[in-house]
Amino acid sequence: MTQTPRPKKALPGQRKAVSLISGGLDSLLATKVIMDQGIHVEGINFFTGFCVEGHTHAIRKKDKQKEKRNNALWVAEQLGIKLHIIDISEDYKDIVLNPKHGYGSNLNPCLDCKIFMVNQAKAWSFMEENQFDFIITGEVVGQRPKSQRAETMPIIARESGAEDRLLRPLCAKHLPPTLPEREGWVDREKLFDFHGRNRKPQIALANELGFDEYSQPAGGCCFLTDESYSRKLADLWSARGERRYELDDIMLLKVGRHIRPNNNFKLIVSREEGENNFLSGYKREFTTIRPTSHPGALALLDGTPTAEDLELAARIVGRYCKGRNEETVTIQVDFKDGQGQVFEVAPYPVDDIPKEWHV
Amino acid sequence: MTNKAPHQLNTRRLLCPLPVIRTQEKIKELQPGDILEVTCTDPGALHDIPAWCRVHGHTITDTQQDDLDIIITIRVEE
Repeated sequence: MTQTPRPKKALPGQRKAVSLISGGLDSLLATKVIMDQGIHVEGINFFTGFCVEGHTHAIRKKDKQKEKRNNALWVAEQLGIKLHIIDISEDYKDIVLNPKHGYGSNLNPCLDCKIFMVNQAKAWSFMEENQFDFIITGEVVGQRPKSQRAETMPIIARESGAEDRLLRPLCAKHLPPTLPEREGWVDREKLFDFHGRNRKPQIALANELGFDEYSQPAGGCCFLTDESYSRKLADLWSARGERRYELDDIMLLKVGRHIRPNNNFKLIVSREEGENNFLSGYKREFTTIRPTSHPGALALLDGTPTAEDLELAARIVGRYCKGRNEETVTIQVDFKDGQGQVFEVAPYPVDDIPKEWHV
Repeated sequence: MTNKAPHQLNTRRLLCPLPVIRTQEKIKELQPGDILEVTCTDPGALHDIPAWCRVHGHTITDTQQDDLDIIITIRVEE
């Protein structure tokens, strides 16, 4: 049995802040700086469906030995604060589909995302049972080209509705004093003036505060900033003829090889045993294709294939089995309705799958 | 120790952090002293659910794992 320490509760009259915890260094430091000023802080973290953490490591067998730490929870433990993880994946769809401020270099709606998250934090923190006084983030002016610029800081505060109850401790001295500073809940002199992409000030502050381990995710914590992932999402919308998605759609974009020979169907071909197991959980939602004469990859078929397309799909799956150099292989196709079809086909030649079929 | 029948939560097939989120939502409905058994399939939950319990002061009383499922037993604290 794991005995746990009692989490700290706010003292009577103590001011309370909720901190957006991503799991990275900046939100860790921003939170600690405010805690050290005697503020009771609790963390909040949002699940959008596009979070990088967890999923791919959980699926792929080759990653089984990697530590599956949730960095936001780890940060909360280091700080000794509660962390509330909120599922916003349903409401977040509108942010992805209709970003008022547009996309970044891929399908990342970073500014709308930040506005939405601060707005959600505000709604949560000012609820009757929570009653927090202000919100903090680890934002730094000039650090991100889309969302963390001098011009966007007031936009986030205004459009989220948080207004002057939004405090960015790491760059507060570049911004007008917020309510917590004006009221003296927080001493502005003890806040910082970090700016730009240089990480040295954060690393120096981490050392000063005694943090020698922290997450520095390369490429961010959101799949939408990833070019390959965004391409697959755009392909999904294009093939469907409409911009919409469900949670399973965006999970499946993280898994396997995506091969689209025609606009009317796509194959998701597993790359290893862990992905095979994960994809086999979708047998009721998709047509599945697998070799039976040789060990090999399981594939999901998404779309409305013709009879010719099915044979082509079987040949492609044959290319990813151990019989790829044989004259023929046996491929089983199982439809969602429980019906099946067996193909004896020549595997697609290893190097002949056109590059443009790979999404 | 109490002898209350444990509450059950099925998070099979969900990937982290969803098992944690479902656990968090379920515990909101429970009372101190209640026991919750969470069944999951994502090995990440073995790390994340205990971590969430630690920061919220709930107690992990047991963890079982077989080829198919992971069962994490939690005692809800105040």
